[in-house]
Amino acid sequence: MTNYIGKAVKRVEDKRFLTGKGRYTDDIVLPGMLYAYIVRSPYAHAKINNIDTSRAENMDGVVKIYTGKDIAESGINGIPTGWQVNFKNGDTMKEPPHPLLVADKARYMGDGVAVVIAESREEARDAADEIDIDWEELPAVANAKKATEDGAPLVHDEAPNNKCFDWELGNPKEEVDKAMKQAHHITTLEFTNQRVIPNAMETRAAIGQYEEATGKYTLYTTSQNPHLTRLLLCAFVLGIPEHRVRVVAPDVGGGFGSKIFHYAEEALMIWCSERLKRPVKWTSDRSEAFMTDAHGRDHISKAEMGFDKEGNVLALRVKTHANLGAYLSTFAPCVPTWLHGTLLQGLYVTPKINVDVTGVFTNTVMVDAYRGAGRPEATYLLERLMDTAALEMDMDPAELRLKNFIPPFDGVEQPGYQTQVALQYDSGNYHAVLKRALEMVGYEKFRKEQAQARKEGKLLGIGFSTYIEACGIAPSAVVGALGARAGLYEVGQVRVQPTGKVSVFTGAHSHGQGHETTFAQVVADRLGIPLDDVEIIHGDSDSVAFGMGTYGSRSLAVGGSAIVKSLDKIIEKGAKIAAHKLEAAEEDLEFAEGKWTVKGTDKSIAFGDVALTAYVPHDYPEGVEPGMDFSSFYDPANFTYPYGAHVAIVEVDKDTGYTKLKRFIAVDDVGNVINPMIVDGQIHGGLAQGIGQALFEGAMYDEDAQLINGSYMDYTMPRADDLPSFEIDRTVTPCPHNPLGVKGAGEAGCIGSTPAVVNAVMDALRPFGIKKDLEMPLTPERVWRHMQG
Amino acid sequence: MPTKITMTVNGQSVTKDVDARTLLVHFLRDNLQLTGTHVGCDTSNCGACTILVDGHAVKSCTMLAVQADGSEVTTIEGLSQNGEMHPLQEGFREEHGLQCGFCTPGMIMAAVDLLDRNPDPSEQEIREGLEGNFCRCTGYHNIVRSIQYAAKKINEPKKAVAS
Amino acid sequence: MVTNKFDYIRAESVDDAITLMVKHGMDAKLLAGGHSLIPAMKLRLNAPGILIDIRKIQELRYIKKDGNKLVIGAGATHHDVATSELAHQTYSMLPEAADLIGDQQVRNMGTIGGSLAHADPAADWPGVMIAAGASVHLKGPDGERSVPAEDFFTGFYMTDLQENELLTAISIPLPPEGTRSSYQKFMQPASRFAIVGAAAAVTVKGGKIERVKVGINGLADAAFAAGNIEKALVGKEPTEANIDAAVESTGADAMVMADHFASEEYRLHLAKVYAKRALMAATQ
Repeated sequence: MTNYIGKAVKRVEDKRFLTGKGRYTDDIVLPGMLYAYIVRSPYAHAKINNIDTSRAENMDGVVKIYTGKDIAESGINGIPTGWQVNFKNGDTMKEPPHPLLVADKARYMGDGVAVVIAESREEARDAADEIDIDWEELPAVANAKKATEDGAPLVHDEAPNNKCFDWELGNPKEEVDKAMKQAHHITTLEFTNQRVIPNAMETRAAIGQYEEATGKYTLYTTSQNPHLTRLLLCAFVLGIPEHRVRVVAPDVGGGFGSKIFHYAEEALMIWCSERLKRPVKWTSDRSEAFMTDAHGRDHISKAEMGFDKEGNVLALRVKTHANLGAYLSTFAPCVPTWLHGTLLQGLYVTPKINVDVTGVFTNTVMVDAYRGAGRPEATYLLERLMDTAALEMDMDPAELRLKNFIPPFDGVEQPGYQTQVALQYDSGNYHAVLKRALEMVGYEKFRKEQAQARKEGKLLGIGFSTYIEACGIAPSAVVGALGARAGLYEVGQVRVQPTGKVSVFTGAHSHGQGHETTFAQVVADRLGIPLDDVEIIHGDSDSVAFGMGTYGSRSLAVGGSAIVKSLDKIIEKGAKIAAHKLEAAEEDLEFAEGKWTVKGTDKSIAFGDVALTAYVPHDYPEGVEPGMDFSSFYDPANFTYPYGAHVAIVEVDKDTGYTKLKRFIAVDDVGNVINPMIVDGQIHGGLAQGIGQALFEGAMYDEDAQLINGSYMDYTMPRADDLPSFEIDRTVTPCPHNPLGVKGAGEAGCIGSTPAVVNAVMDALRPFGIKKDLEMPLTPERVWRHMQG
Repeated sequence: MPTKITMTVNGQSVTKDVDARTLLVHFLRDNLQLTGTHVGCDTSNCGACTILVDGHAVKSCTMLAVQADGSEVTTIEGLSQNGEMHPLQEGFREEHGLQCGFCTPGMIMAAVDLLDRNPDPSEQEIREGLEGNFCRCTGYHNIVRSIQYAAKKINEPKKAVAS
Repeated sequence: MVTNKFDYIRAESVDDAITLMVKHGMDAKLLAGGHSLIPAMKLRLNAPGILIDIRKIQELRYIKKDGNKLVIGAGATHHDVATSELAHQTYSMLPEAADLIGDQQVRNMGTIGGSLAHADPAADWPGVMIAAGASVHLKGPDGERSVPAEDFFTGFYMTDLQENELLTAISIPLPPEGTRSSYQKFMQPASRFAIVGAAAAVTVKGGKIERVKVGINGLADAAFAAGNIEKALVGKEPTEANIDAAVESTGADAMVMADHFASEEYRLHLAKVYAKRALMAATQ
C-alpha cells in the first residue's frame, strides 16, 4: 500500500517515547560538562547596589560565577525582538535592551542576575545561596492599564508611561463611531483576557558547547525553531559566525509557543562555554519556568458591538491594553496587533471595525505567543459579545451567529473574502460547521432539558463559540510590510538515496505534532513508496539547510508545501531519467504507484531503479545532472484560515459555584487532513488548554508584581478528571492556495473553546439575571459571588 | 558523606555510592542513565517521574535514592518483556495516547499501578486514577482510550480462559 | 530541585528512632513517606541536617482490631487505609478520606502518621480523626501517652507532639451499631488539598440522632470538632431541615483562613455546605 494521505497511520516516532528512549535536552550529557544555576531577582523591580560573590566562589566545585556586570563588559548585545510595531504617529517602537543578565536593576521577578557554574548541579545550587546581593526595592506594576497611568512605576526610563507602541487597524474611527450612533442596540464588554502560563511538560534547558580546536559552537536547546534561534544568536546577540554554529533541538517536550522565542539562557550557555572551554548545561526547574517562560494573553479590553433592529452587526469598536512584560520577547509586538486586530472580523460580515491597541511594559515576565497567540483573544472578545448580545436582545445565540455569518465561498470559483481588518480569507462555509455542531449537541432537545433542570433548581448551561484563525504564517512580503524582521517561508529538502530510500529534511520542528509521521505520509504517498522508506529529519541546523520552525499551525501548510515542491522536482527529474531508460518521450509517461509507465503499455520503471540510475549514471539522459536531491523554499501566497464551531455544556453547583464541564462538541474545518488521528489529537489538546483558561488557569500577581501562584500547588493545570471525553467532527474546505489544501490544526482547539465554556457558564447563570463582569478563570468563588449578586 | 545502596532496577541488581540528598529520579537518570524517567516539576504534582517501587507507583522526585535501598524498581525502560511492548505501551501507540512524549513514561507507569489495582476500570475511574499525572498535549482524551485498550488486551485472555 | 546537604540514618525500630532523635536534637527530622518534607526540602523551605528514616520500621505499619478499637500504625500508608476492609467496616469515611488524599502515587508513599504529625490545616486526616473520636499515641524517651485527636491539633502546622516524641499509632473506638459516616471535601483545584473538608459520624437509633461527631479541616488554622453542630443535632431526627439548621453554626467560633482560592466569607460558606453534605451522606 502506498496510499497514505487521509489515513490514521500510527506514529513512527512513538516507539522511542514509549520505551523511554526519547532524547530530550536534559538527557544529554557531554564529556566534561559543567552545570549552571541562575540567580534570579526575588523582586519585580529592584536596583542592584552590589553583588558579592566572594564566598560562593570558594565553595566546593564552583568553577566560575558571572554577573550582569561581566556580561555588560563583554560588549555583547541583548536579546532582540523579531517584530517592529511603531506608534501611530510614526515614532519608532520602544525597544529597550534586554541583557542576558541584568547589571543595574531587575525588572521582573525572575530576571537573571548571576550565573553560577560548577562541576555538579548540586554544587551550583549550593553556591547560589551564598551570593549576597544588596537590593533596593522599587515600586512595581503588573497591570497593563495601570502601567500607562501618569505616576506609574517606569519599567524602562526610555518608555514614558510604559508604552512600547500604539497601533490602530480597520476603518477610520469616525466611520465606526458614526455606525455605532445608528445602532439599535450596543453590547459593551470590559474584561481581562487573563495571563496564562504555557507549561509545556518539559521545562526549558540549554547546553552550550564551544570547541576551541575547531572554533565550533553547538547549542542543544528546547526550541520550536532551531534555525531562527541560531540566526538571532549569531546576528543579534553574540556576533559569532553562523556557519560555525550548530543548533540542535532534539526531542522537545511540548512548546505551545513558549519555546519559539530565543531566550537569554541559550545565548548565556554559549557565552559561558566559550569562556570556560567546557560544555555548560542549564535546566530550568518548574518554579523557574513559571517565572521565566514567556506567558500568554494578558489583554485588558473594552469592546462594543452595534446591531440593527434585526440583529445584524453594524460595527465593532475595540480598545486593548496588551501587557508585553518587562522586555520584548521574539514575537511580542506582533501578537496583540497583527495576530489579534486582524482577526476581529471573525466569521461575521461586520461592515465597520476599528481596533486600537497599546502595547505596555510592566514588571512581569515577557508575554508572547501562546497556543493561538492573539487569535484566542480576538475570538474570546467576539464570541462573548455575540452571546451577551443575544441575551440582551433576547435572540437565540446560534441564530444570531447564523444570521451574521459571511456567506460560503471556496476561494476558487468565488473570490476570497476581504475583511475590514487587512486579511483575505481563503475559503469557508461557516454555516456548515455551526449547523453540524447544533446537530451533534441536539440543540432543541437540550433547551428542553435545560428548562426542566431549571425548574428543579439545577443550573445547566450551553455556550457557543465560532472562530476563524489566520495560520500558516505566511507570505514573507506581507509579514515584512507588517513589521516582521524575518521571512516566514519554510524549507523542505528531499534527498533520494541511491537505493530509493528517501531522507527528508524540514525546517519545521516536531515537539508533539507527529511530523515524522504526517510528513512521511505525504512523501510516501506522492512517490508511491512504502512509508518505512521515508525518514523525516528535523531539529538540527547541521542537517537541515534552513528553516523558520513550528508555530502558528504552519508546519504542514508551509513546511509540508516546501516538501511537496521538492517532491515535484524529484518527480520531474525522475521522468527525464525514466523516459531515457524506457526509450519513450517524457510526455508519454505517467507516474503512479511508484513507477513511471508508458501510457497504454505495460512498460514501466520503478522509482528505486530511477534513483539508482541517478546515482550510477552510466546509461543516462544527456544534459541531466546525476543525483536526486532537491531543496525548496516555499513562501505561501496567503495565510490559511481554519475555522470552526464549538459548543460547551456545563452544570454549575448552586451551593459552591463549582462548574462541571459535562460535554464539549467541536466541529472544525482545518482543510484537507493528512492524518485524521493526529489532527484529532491536536484538537483534543487545544481544547484542554482553552478550557483550562476558561475554568482553571491564570497567573496571579500581587500589588508588588510578585507572581503568587508560580507552582503546581497554586496554578491549576487541567487534570484528566477535570475534563470529559470530547465529541469532535470536521468539515473539509480545502485551502485553495497550497498544494496540499491544508489549513493547520494546532491551535484551533485552543482558540474556539475558551469563550464556549464561559458562555455556557453565563447561560447556566441566566436565572440570576444578566451580568457581564465574570472574569476568567471562572473559579468556584467567582461564580458563587456572581450568584450572590 | 556517600552511602552505599543496593537495589534491583529493571531486574538488574545495582550497587552505588550516593549522597543522601540524591533524589531517586536523579539517581536513575544520572547514575544509571535511565533517562526515560523525567522531571516535570518540583512540587510532586506532575507525575512525569512516576516509576514502580516494590510494585507501587511512586513519584521518584519525592523519594531519596537511599530510601529505595533494598527495593525493586521498575522504570519505563524495564516495562517491555522479551522485546514485546507492554499492553499499555501498545495501547498508547494504537490510540495515539502521546504527543510530545514527555509525560508518557510517568503516565504509563501510573497506569500500570491503576490497572493492577483495578483491571477493568470505567472511564471515570481511569480519569480519577490519573489525577497524579499531567499531560499538556492530549487533553487526556486518547490517554483514556489507550488505557482502555490495554485493559481490554490484558483481560481478554483471562476472559477467554474463564469462558 | 536540589535539597540542602543532610545526613541520613535509617532507624531500625521505634526505640531506635527515639534514641536517634534524642541524640541529634533539633537538627534532626523524622522521614516517613516524605511527601510533605521532601518537597519542602527541594524548595529549600526546610533544611534539616539529619533525616531519620522511619519508613521501613515494620512495627509501625499495620491496621488491626484490638479489642473494641481499630488501631492504625503511624506507618500505614494512605493507600493501606484506602484499601483496608477493617477500616471500611469501622468507618467508611476512613477509606473515603484516604482515597481523596493527593493522588495514587502520593497515597502509595504518604503515611497517616506523617500527615497527622505534619498537621497541615488543609490535610484530610485531622477532620476525620476528630469525627472518629480517635486518640493519637505518642512515644518519647519518657514513655508513651495518648491524646484525643480533638486536642492534638493546636494550630497552624502545630500539634501536641513534644520534642523527641514519635507518633506511633492512632486508635479509633469501634462505633456503636447504627453509626454511619462520611467525609466530604471541596478541593483546592491545583494542589487538591482541602479548601474545606468535613467528616461526620452519626449514630441514629429509633429514628433519632443519638450521637454525632463532626470534624472540620481547611477552615481554620487547625482542624477542629464542630461542637455546635453536635449539640444542635443530638436527639433530633436526621432530616434535611434539622441538618440545615444545625450547620448554620459551622465555624462560628473559628478563625477562618483566607487565600487566593477562597476568601473568608466563601470558605465559611463552603464549610456549611460541606458539613451538610457529610451529614446528609451519613444519614440519608
